[in-house]
Amino acid sequence: MSKLMLRGIEKRFGSVAAVAGLDLALTQGEFVSLLGPSGCGKTTTLRMIAGFIEPTAGTIEMDGKMLSSPAGVLPPEKRQMSMIFQSYAVWPNMTVEQNVAFGLELRKLAREEVRQRVGQMLEVVHMGHLAQRYPAELSGGQQQRVALARAIVIQPQVLLLDEPLSNLDANLREEMRFEIRRLHDEFRITTVYVTHDQAEAMVTSDRIAVMNQGRIEQVDDPHTLYNRPKTRFVAGFIGRTNFIEGTCNGSDVAFGAFAVPRAALDGAPTSGRATFSVRPQSMRLSRAQAANGAPQAAVIIAERAYLGEFWDYVVATREADLRLRVTAPPLEIFTVGESAWLAFDPRQMTSIT
Amino acid sequence: MTAAADHLAQPAEGAVARRLRFLDPSMILWIALIAVLIFLIASPMVRLVVSSFQEPETGRLTLQNYVEAYGRARHLQALWNTLQFGAGVAALSCLFGVPLAWAISRTDMPAKNFIRLMVFGAFIIPPYLGAIGWILLAGPNAGWLNKLWMAATGAESGLFNVYSMAGLIVVVAVTSFPYVFVFTSSALDLVSSEMEDAANILGAGTVRTTFRVTLPLVLPAIVGGLIISFLEAIALFGAPALIALPARFHVVSTQLWQFFEYPVRVEQAAAYAMPLLLITLLMFALQRSVLGRRGYTTVSGKGGERRIIRLGPWRFVMLGYALFVCALAVLLPMIVLTQAAFARAWGRGFSLENLTLQNFRYILFEQTQAQNAIINTFWYSGMTAFAAIGLALAIAYVVTRKLVPWSNVLAFLCMAPFVIPGIVLAIGFYAAYAPPPLALYGTATILILGFTTRFLPIAYTSSAAGMRSINPEMEEAVRILGGGRLTAIRRVLAPLLKRNIAGAWILVFIPATRELSSAIFLVGPQTRVISVMLFDLSEEGNFEVLSALGMILLVATLIIAAIGFRVIGRDFMVRSS
Repeated sequence: MSKLMLRGIEKRFGSVAAVAGLDLALTQGEFVSLLGPSGCGKTTTLRMIAGFIEPTAGTIEMDGKMLSSPAGVLPPEKRQMSMIFQSYAVWPNMTVEQNVAFGLELRKLAREEVRQRVGQMLEVVHMGHLAQRYPAELSGGQQQRVALARAIVIQPQVLLLDEPLSNLDANLREEMRFEIRRLHDEFRITTVYVTHDQAEAMVTSDRIAVMNQGRIEQVDDPHTLYNRPKTRFVAGFIGRTNFIEGTCNGSDVAFGAFAVPRAALDGAPTSGRATFSVRPQSMRLSRAQAANGAPQAAVIIAERAYLGEFWDYVVATREADLRLRVTAPPLEIFTVGESAWLAFDPRQMTSIT
Repeated sequence: MTAAADHLAQPAEGAVARRLRFLDPSMILWIALIAVLIFLIASPMVRLVVSSFQEPETGRLTLQNYVEAYGRARHLQALWNTLQFGAGVAALSCLFGVPLAWAISRTDMPAKNFIRLMVFGAFIIPPYLGAIGWILLAGPNAGWLNKLWMAATGAESGLFNVYSMAGLIVVVAVTSFPYVFVFTSSALDLVSSEMEDAANILGAGTVRTTFRVTLPLVLPAIVGGLIISFLEAIALFGAPALIALPARFHVVSTQLWQFFEYPVRVEQAAAYAMPLLLITLLMFALQRSVLGRRGYTTVSGKGGERRIIRLGPWRFVMLGYALFVCALAVLLPMIVLTQAAFARAWGRGFSLENLTLQNFRYILFEQTQAQNAIINTFWYSGMTAFAAIGLALAIAYVVTRKLVPWSNVLAFLCMAPFVIPGIVLAIGFYAAYAPPPLALYGTATILILGFTTRFLPIAYTSSAAGMRSINPEMEEAVRILGGGRLTAIRRVLAPLLKRNIAGAWILVFIPATRELSSAIFLVGPQTRVISVMLFDLSEEGNFEVLSALGMILLVATLIIAAIGFRVIGRDFMVRSS
């Protein structure tokens, strides 16, 4: 049975549908990210799971028990969940220790047990030495750790995170990604994580749900999502990519400048036109024509930029004038206007809708 | 039997629980708040308008009240006088307020902190006390300035006569210029020096830049301050009553008071109050459109770097002017009031044998009326502050959390008294609650309710600002961890708002202690407050006791203001306006 089940969830504000019919199921202990651009409805979805917003249609169930439906909504305080907010919402009038102890005190635990569990939890997030500080005396990263400790210490049924890292600077953000995943590996709490940052989602999640305009476009594990995007939106939102159009004519798919045997392409239709996603790093530029029979096209270098970790080239095919973005290692230097061969790997080309 | 009953009870209970889910408990709060606001604000205002069209005895519809209110030449003259008075005060406030604001905000004038303190002083001195001070200073013949003039020149009569329209305008302008000052200086503080640099680089000098760039940029703020001082002036009762009545002319507020002389003609008063209400509404609409106009977005709150303009030797000229204004507003009236408070007879001047504490002893220990007035004042003001803030916080919470549909209506009702002159509000209150069935006339309740309504906008502005400054996530964090709304309010919201509440309390308490224009219509023999008592004493001509009582009020205000400074910092008085 699913731990958390969203069926046909919809939320309308006036005539605008912020969330337009969304289905999602989480198994016990799973970490799922809702990833999408701002305004895609991911935070609204999270707040509906938390019970702060009532759905206008659809249901939310936990362990088979109804939490939300248009007929009624269990208030947040009865859901046994925890949430980490974008602003952390660490209460400035309480010390770190009091913040973390709050949820346990509401559960009427014995004072000694509260003290013990708060102490352990603060050690886990490396905040034990700052237990008596007030939030105003902490850095952003430390406040974030307090928020995490406060949410996890009550051992919630479901943990919700709403863009928790968006207010941190880049280095800290990277560190906290791994911290969040580490805490998940330790406590195995069923988690829903909202973010617009794909790297964050890929580091932390078991599965990622990519959202667009109130709908889920695709739910998959990070590797599948990146290598086998199903829609144009997903392919473009997760990493960079090129879209090329091919025509299927029996055994081959023709792209104008080159052709690929249809059998080598996953999911290619038998006839008609189809769009494929080709990642910039899946192609290879070389001065000589490749001998292994891989599909290739003659190109001219149109633009280039050196980004340190790699070269970023824009090439134009000699035939059909396709423009493609290609990356290459630092030592593979081409100049603008130079001719070259571009080799494709059919295993890394994906048909999208 | 019991098992069967349980069995039967279960689905019924489920239905009740489901029903309760639908019946949002916040709806009860919403209805209760609406009821309170209707009682405090809507009902008196409706009553005011309705009774202006009613026959006193029968309650039948009539226009007779308007005919009588506007049928006499002297009533119309009073209306015209009020407009002149308001315009004069506004113009003079501008003349006092704008240069001072500019000097303090943008130049290297010396003694800025002292001047700032004096302006603040002018702000907290009740206009009627200032008026008393000026009666002692510029009363014909006996006034200090006139005696000085006569001694210096050997002239037969004095130079000044406070009992005139000009006198009234000066006296009120020196207490209301701080509005223009506050508006202008907060706008100037937001104009970036880059604006001025841009003019400088094109070849404009300091003077040209100031008049062509800086002042036009803050013009909307100046107009805003002007409108406020105009409105404050026309709604004022104390100072006009002290000065205009002996000078044998009326303004609207004193004329309204006349309608309350025996026999009380509330209906005529209501009819006569309409222009005051309409002018005020109109002016606020005007102010909104002036302040809200686009194109002045440079006053953006970004600030940017600001440089001080070097005035050279002119800075002492500027200081001289500032000191002149402060002398008129604070120093001179306060010196003569202090002298009178400690004098056997104020006319005998500054000598040791004229010094006495008798006036204070009389007020504090001998005269029970004065004691009662002091106790009443602080008791009513305290209650008012608690009531206004309690109500304002509840409404601010409902509005910021959008707990109910159309919660903005609540906010609007809360702010409505802001555009109703105190004197008009008092007449509405009188019309609505003095007669049976409530028959509240002469009770402490009607004063506290009247004050609460009058100062609700201050309490609401402050509470809503505090509420908005707290991220709703602070509260949501409590709820998701298992605490209800009440737990969130008690454990998080209330502690975070503590300072804000204390500040708002003081912001309501201070004006309540000095409120005269609404109190004068609502007090009974047992419920007199200091301001009313001061007014009565001035009619008796007992300026020594009056000054002593005024001193007590001022010192108490200063102490509370000082606490306010400590609690919420320098600009807490500014936030009220």
